[in-house]
Order: sequence, then C-alpha cells, then structure tokens
Amino acid sequence: MSPSPAELVHGVEDPELPYVTIGDLGMVRSVDADGLRVRVVLTPTYTGCPATEQIQADVETALRGAHFEPEVEFVLSPPWTTDWITVDGRRKLSAAGIAPPPPVGASSSMPVDTPLECPRCGSRRTRRLADFGATACKVPYRCGACSEPFEAFKAY
Amino acid sequence: MTDPCLLTHLLRQGDRALVLAQRLGQVITHAPELEEDMAVANISLDLIGQARHLYTYAGEVEGLGHDENHFAYWRGAEEFLNPQLVEQPNGDFAVTIVRQFFHDAYALHYWESMEASSDATLAALAARARKETSFHLRHSRGWVVRLGDGTVESRRRAQLAIDSLWRFTTDLASITDETDLHDSGVVPDSEVGGRWSDTVVAALAEATLDVPADTDMVTGGWHGHHSAHLSPLLEELQALTRAHPGAQW
Repeated sequence: MSPSPAELVHGVEDPELPYVTIGDLGMVRSVDADGLRVRVVLTPTYTGCPATEQIQADVETALRGAHFEPEVEFVLSPPWTTDWITVDGRRKLSAAGIAPPPPVGASSSMPVDTPLECPRCGSRRTRRLADFGATACKVPYRCGACSEPFEAFKAY
Repeated sequence: MTDPCLLTHLLRQGDRALVLAQRLGQVITHAPELEEDMAVANISLDLIGQARHLYTYAGEVEGLGHDENHFAYWRGAEEFLNPQLVEQPNGDFAVTIVRQFFHDAYALHYWESMEASSDATLAALAARARKETSFHLRHSRGWVVRLGDGTVESRRRAQLAIDSLWRFTTDLASITDETDLHDSGVVPDSEVGGRWSDTVVAALAEATLDVPADTDMVTGGWHGHHSAHLSPLLEELQALTRAHPGAQW
C-alpha cells in the first residue's frame, strides 16, 4: 500500500539533521487531504533557520512524487518548542550522537544549563564548551568521563 | 488595514535587527577566536530571521503589496528607523561586544514584554525571539563581565567602549511616541527602558566597570536621524539587489 499524505509529510527529513524527520521534531500541525489536494500546516522552528524554505520545498516534492497537489502553510502560533520533539525523535538524536534537549520547563528569562547525559558513554560529567554551535539548534559539549566532544540540542 | 503607528513600530524593530545583523556580518572571520566567529554568525542569523518576520508583517499592515525584500533593499538611510547604536562601527572586540550587550539587554526586555501583546502575530513572534535573544544576552553579558573583570588591558578597553557608546543608550531604551500602541495593548509595556537600565547597571557592577554620566546623549534614530555610518553599511547591504533588480537565486 502506498503511504498516506500524512505519512509522506511526517517522513520528510530535516535538511540539517537528516537522522530525524519533521514529524520527529514536532513541526507538523495538520495534513488534510481532499482528493488529490493536500493542505499541510507546519510550525517553523527558529526564526532565522535557513532550513525553513528547504523544508517547504521537500514537503511539496514528497507529495508531488505521489501525485498529490500540496499547499503548505506555516503558522507561528502556538510557537514551536523543543518539548514537542517526540520520544522517537529524541532516541534518534541520541543515537546520532546528539544529546536531546532537556525540558524547557517554567519560562525563565535566561537560559539555564541542565546537566546533560553524554550520548556516547552516559556520564553526566559533561560541560558546555561555547554559547553557539554549527546550527541554530545545537551547542558543543564535552564529556569529562570519556573525553569525547558531542553536540547537544538546545532547550528552546 | 493600514495602521501607520503599527507600521512604524514594525519597521523600527525590523531595522534594529537587520542593521545590527549586517554589522555583525562584517565581524564573521575577523573575530578573535573561532567560537566567536560562530557566535556572531548565529546571532546575526537570528536577527535576520526576526527582521524577516517583522518586515513581512509590515508589508501586510501597509497593504501595498510590499514583501520583506522591499523593506530591506529598497529604502534609503533616511527611511531606516533603527536606533543609532546598532549602526555604529565594530571597532575593537570590546566595542563590538559592548554594543551587542546594550542591544541584547534592550531586545530581551522588549520581546519579553511583547509576549503579552494583543496582536497575535507579534505575540507569537515574541515567544520565539525572546528565547533566541536570551542566548544572545547570556553571551554578550558574559563577555562584558570577563573583559571588565579581566586584565588591566581588557578592563581599559571595555571601559573605553562603554564610555564611547553610552551616548546612544537613551535613544535605544526610550521610544516616547507609541502611546497609541501602549493604550491598545499592541505594545503593552512602556517600561522597557527602566528594565534595560537595571540589567545594564547590574552587569557593569559585576564587571567592575563604571556607569558613565548621561552627557551629550544622541537621539533620533527611531525617527530616521542617523550617523554618517549608516549609509555606507546600507550601500554594502543593498548593492547586489540594486545592481541586478529582480534577480532570483
């Protein structure tokens, strides 16, 4: 059986984190099919994320490949948060060597450093190395137990 | 529905973000260490993202069919409504980071207050921009404390940077003509300037740096009055679009 429009949309890979899908990241709000016409509503992540346009193009390509006629819309409200990343998505991030984000929790005006588990050895003796990393969503860390550097997803 | 007050507000905030993003773009690959190149690139990209949302919404409010690119590329310096602080040259690293810190303290309190905006589009943008800005402020504030409470030379340069940029801070932290937007709840808080001051004074104390006296304060940036530094910066930003109008990637 060929995949449904919802399965196609949820399965689109993130262009910058290809080991997770936009479904895993919690970006898909709704997928409504009316015959061949499919209306997709997504929540964008970071305001400056250069992957946003690529994600729209990839969703359209995935649906057109199955002969659907896509219409993609982004909604800002409610705003995306890393708390929407699925359990499966967190497991995939960890398997790819990226520490999944801790819960955002109560809104505090400044970022809080929660001790993170090293995705390689599981130690909590880890330390943030810098304020910013290679993409808007990640920061570099180092593990004090196995000495390996790793990336962590920011709580956002 | 054209609301001239809201349109002005959106352009002010969009211009603040875009002009600083362009300044930071000039620092990338010139920062004192690799981590700092990453930091300014990330901060610049966040600011461009925020500017894009503000300009896109400005186009809807204006109702003349203008998109985000129109506001970024097809206006002259006298039409830009950013505070003068963000157009000031990068100087040495102390100047770059003190300018950023003054800006980030303002931006964080601005976005915090805007989460309660009666305008749903602005409130939704504020929820994300506030989080991004908190990472920017952690970074710039951390550097101000390290430079101020660092070596004799780093403290000297940090104090020089503060003294030279202080005159732009009254302009930054006080917009006095948005009463209509306060009354309607679109810009719910008119006390951002007071909170800016608390945040800055506390950080400078921790950094063992002195708060300068308010003398010869420069104002007018939010009304389109600018220093001589803005025009060349915009020329660089807009050169490609103006050489090849309508070009597509």
